[in-house]
Amino acid sequence: MTVTEKAPDQEIGQARRRKEDQRLITGRTRYTDNIVLPGMLHLAMVRSPYAHARITSIDTDAAKASPNVIDVLTGADLGEGQGVCINAWPITPDQKTPVHLPIPSDRVAFAGEIVAVVVARSAAEARDAAELVDVDYEELPAILDLKEAVKDEVLAHPDLGTNKSALWVFDSAAAGTGGDVEEAISKARQDGVLIEREFRQQRLIPAFMEPRSVVVDPTGEQLTMWSATQIPHILRFALAATTGVPESKIRVIAPDVGGGFGGKLQATPEEWITWAIARRVGKPVKYTETRSESLMAAHHGRDQWQKLTVAARKDGTVTGLKVELLANLGAYVAIVGGGVPVLGAFMYNAIYKFPAYHFSCQTLLTNEAWTDAYRGAGRPEATFAIERMMDELADELGVDPLEVREKNWIRHEEFPFTTVAGLEYDSGNYEAATAKAKEHFGYDDLRAEQRRRREAKDRVQLGIGVSTFTEMCGLAPSRVLGSLDYGAGGWEHAEIRMLATGKVEVVTGISPHGQGHETSFSQIVADRLGVPFEDVEILHGDTAVSHKGLDTYGSRSLVVGGEALARATDKVIERAKPIAAHLLEASIDDMEFTGGRFSVRGTDKGMALTEIATAVFTGHNLPDGAEPSIDAEATYDPVNFNFPHGTHLCAVEVDTETGEITMRKYTCVDDIGTVINPLLVEGQVHGGLVQGIAQALWEEAVYNDQGTLVTGSFVDYTLPTAADTISFDTDTDSTACTTNSLGAKGVGEAGTIASTPCVVNAVVDALRPFGVHDVRMPCTPERVWKAIHDRDQDVASGAVPHFGADTGMEGVADRSTGAEGAGQ
Amino acid sequence: MTRIEMTVDGARVSDDVEPRMLLVHYLREKLGKTGTLVGCDTSNCGACTVHLDGHSVKSCNVLAVQAAGHEVTTIEGLAQGGDLHPVQEAFHDCHALQCGYCTPGMIMQSVDLLNDNPHPTEEEVRLGLEGNLCRCTGYHNIVKAVLQAAGGASS
Ligand code: FES
Ligand code: FES
Repeated sequence: MTVTEKAPDQEIGQARRRKEDQRLITGRTRYTDNIVLPGMLHLAMVRSPYAHARITSIDTDAAKASPNVIDVLTGADLGEGQGVCINAWPITPDQKTPVHLPIPSDRVAFAGEIVAVVVARSAAEARDAAELVDVDYEELPAILDLKEAVKDEVLAHPDLGTNKSALWVFDSAAAGTGGDVEEAISKARQDGVLIEREFRQQRLIPAFMEPRSVVVDPTGEQLTMWSATQIPHILRFALAATTGVPESKIRVIAPDVGGGFGGKLQATPEEWITWAIARRVGKPVKYTETRSESLMAAHHGRDQWQKLTVAARKDGTVTGLKVELLANLGAYVAIVGGGVPVLGAFMYNAIYKFPAYHFSCQTLLTNEAWTDAYRGAGRPEATFAIERMMDELADELGVDPLEVREKNWIRHEEFPFTTVAGLEYDSGNYEAATAKAKEHFGYDDLRAEQRRRREAKDRVQLGIGVSTFTEMCGLAPSRVLGSLDYGAGGWEHAEIRMLATGKVEVVTGISPHGQGHETSFSQIVADRLGVPFEDVEILHGDTAVSHKGLDTYGSRSLVVGGEALARATDKVIERAKPIAAHLLEASIDDMEFTGGRFSVRGTDKGMALTEIATAVFTGHNLPDGAEPSIDAEATYDPVNFNFPHGTHLCAVEVDTETGEITMRKYTCVDDIGTVINPLLVEGQVHGGLVQGIAQALWEEAVYNDQGTLVTGSFVDYTLPTAADTISFDTDTDSTACTTNSLGAKGVGEAGTIASTPCVVNAVVDALRPFGVHDVRMPCTPERVWKAIHDRDQDVASGAVPHFGADTGMEGVADRSTGAEGAGQ
Repeated sequence: MTRIEMTVDGARVSDDVEPRMLLVHYLREKLGKTGTLVGCDTSNCGACTVHLDGHSVKSCNVLAVQAAGHEVTTIEGLAQGGDLHPVQEAFHDCHALQCGYCTPGMIMQSVDLLNDNPHPTEEEVRLGLEGNLCRCTGYHNIVKAVLQAAGGASS
């Protein structure tokens, strides 16, 4: 054949509509709670109303006598067989980690902890009976405040003797990656600029829309668990490790999963209890939480106090950065737990060339719900802090916030760049993304309008927020994880099955739950193998299909899982090559592969890869000794993280009489390297932005003085609605990542990481004429109003904290006791 | 137990139900209409939105017995004769869904919104969807999809 076929349009880069949509828009879905099995029983949990209490007795008689109740079980009944919830990342060798039983039998450590479980024929009957379980508690003092917790006067777990779980420290002088930060600080104190601030990262709730649900079927040779989880593979490992069931006897399936955002990256008591009961009763068992249970007991995110010190020269060149964190673990150390703030440790220096850096994080146990990953996990906290600090530095110097950033950021010709935190940034172009964003946004015009309004003393002031963020994603090189004492690796697995009819099945260890990997992965495979997009099927989320994988979190799916996929396709082509040469009666050295076809160099002879798949299926005519298969698998361990970055700009209008904030414009340009599918990228950015903006303006998990979650339903935990938000102006810029063959960088968390400081910077910027330097998140109208009109209220820190003991003013600007009675 | 009869997605159904049974549980548990989802216990999220006699209701907020004698349409009955409803098409085309959990409710609410107001402004779409929560999309593309389904109304 000599006709040069028009190369099919390249799939990568196309705004393909998603293949997974068809089922989802017509209601043909497989969320865990939709699953019904013969003879299936239902569970309801009895939960502690107290934050900290001794369980003195549990009377289950009335519940057991309730209609269609099969059994009512306590921690004592389940005993050792219930297994234990694990922490996979002890951040220091001497970390204090309280034992976390799914159902404790002696003491509860947070309100919402499970004390008994009812097994019944229907969910409604189980819930009715749960009301009849009579538990006597002896209340214990509860610790509900980070700054109190550090004093060790009231203990979350009296047996441990302390609330302090671990102290994790990084120091650039000690690590040899930079200078001594104390030197930089004392120099700045003498003849430079020193900015000290303390920020509160409020507690948030991931609030995925699908409540967690789990079904366990013990009737097959393998015990099967369906769970609304991001991590089926990790769950399988953890079940085997803690419940005594051999790993080979366990199958875990994550069917359709309705969002996660880190909130379903967990090994939960509810899963372990359902597992234990199904094994005990020998029948399929389901547990689906209510939204109230979800808000109360699924892990929360953030919840830190951040002390920041930036040292700089008078010309604005930064010379040192010191970060001191208190991080709330809640009642137990969750699966990643204290690892979340540690992930942030590498990102405080961000895109700036700090010559000296010191980071310390004290993790603390309290009698509140456990905390763990929530979209961004450590990196939003870091980005918030540094981007707020750069604005404060600009204000102190009296220059534009972009100017002070530009003075200090890594210039595009300086890549690859080794940071003071010891990471090597492979690529980036902060100048280009910023220039593009400024233009789209109309930066100069908005600044001019802001000046006019300030001069006119307008009631409604304009604030402009800036965030030039970067993040590390693509968790993670296994060696790095090992050096940080994380309990697993960071590789990913993929397999390509070339079917006899020319179709392709792709198995991935990634476990998507809304990201659209079925579509983006199909695009990659279609290009690599030269097969139609429609002919590629992506299989995932079932350990019987995908035996190996490390699942989805940390913006790793494309950059690690996608790269594994790319490598598996290369292997397929390699395996097919000798067979093609044999069938085409040519030398293997003359074989070329393009557009899905092997051809013999310099001739018109050729055949499609899919034809070779058929030839392999029949096996009639293969080279001597050839294995009749061109299927291939690959396991890829990333060589580095990757570092997406971007410039986000936001304009808000603040009514200085009411404190009301209206977002007028939000523009962002994200550099995420090669874009596989721009439509999916936009979707990730939009959703990320709103979650980040929600932290800035609306969301906070609040406990009362008794340790009861006040925001225990969607009435009080105020997720943004369509009416609260605006349409965004998003764009991308692309400097290819050099550490994977796709050139891609992660995008799942970028919007969330960048937007929170951008919005708070905008709010504070609007209020600068009133002498306001900070507004605590969420920036509610009340807090904004108080910042302007009631400056003695400590919600707005007029004062600069002086962390150094020499000033004798340590802690004067503690804003922990806002007038809102937010509990902490 | 109370005997109820109604039409669901064009089919006549009849069952004995407990008087306290919610419509959403009737649909999911008795009829296997699992396309309609539950996202909360306070009638805030809208995941359970269906049409009752052509108007959107949160089916967690209606008793099954209250729907007796009426006509219920769920996400599973929206596409007619194999053709997607224009709002379903627009959700797909505009990438207005990610995990899909809010989607059945969002689509049913959007259809109702457009029935009432065939050419809404962006503001009207945003207000009309206020009772439906989505955690994935940031609403941007949902709003875009509804406007597109309306025939590319106000820009
Ligand atoms: S389930 Fe949330 S409104 Fe009905
Ligand atoms: S698409 Fe996931 S909640 Fe809307």
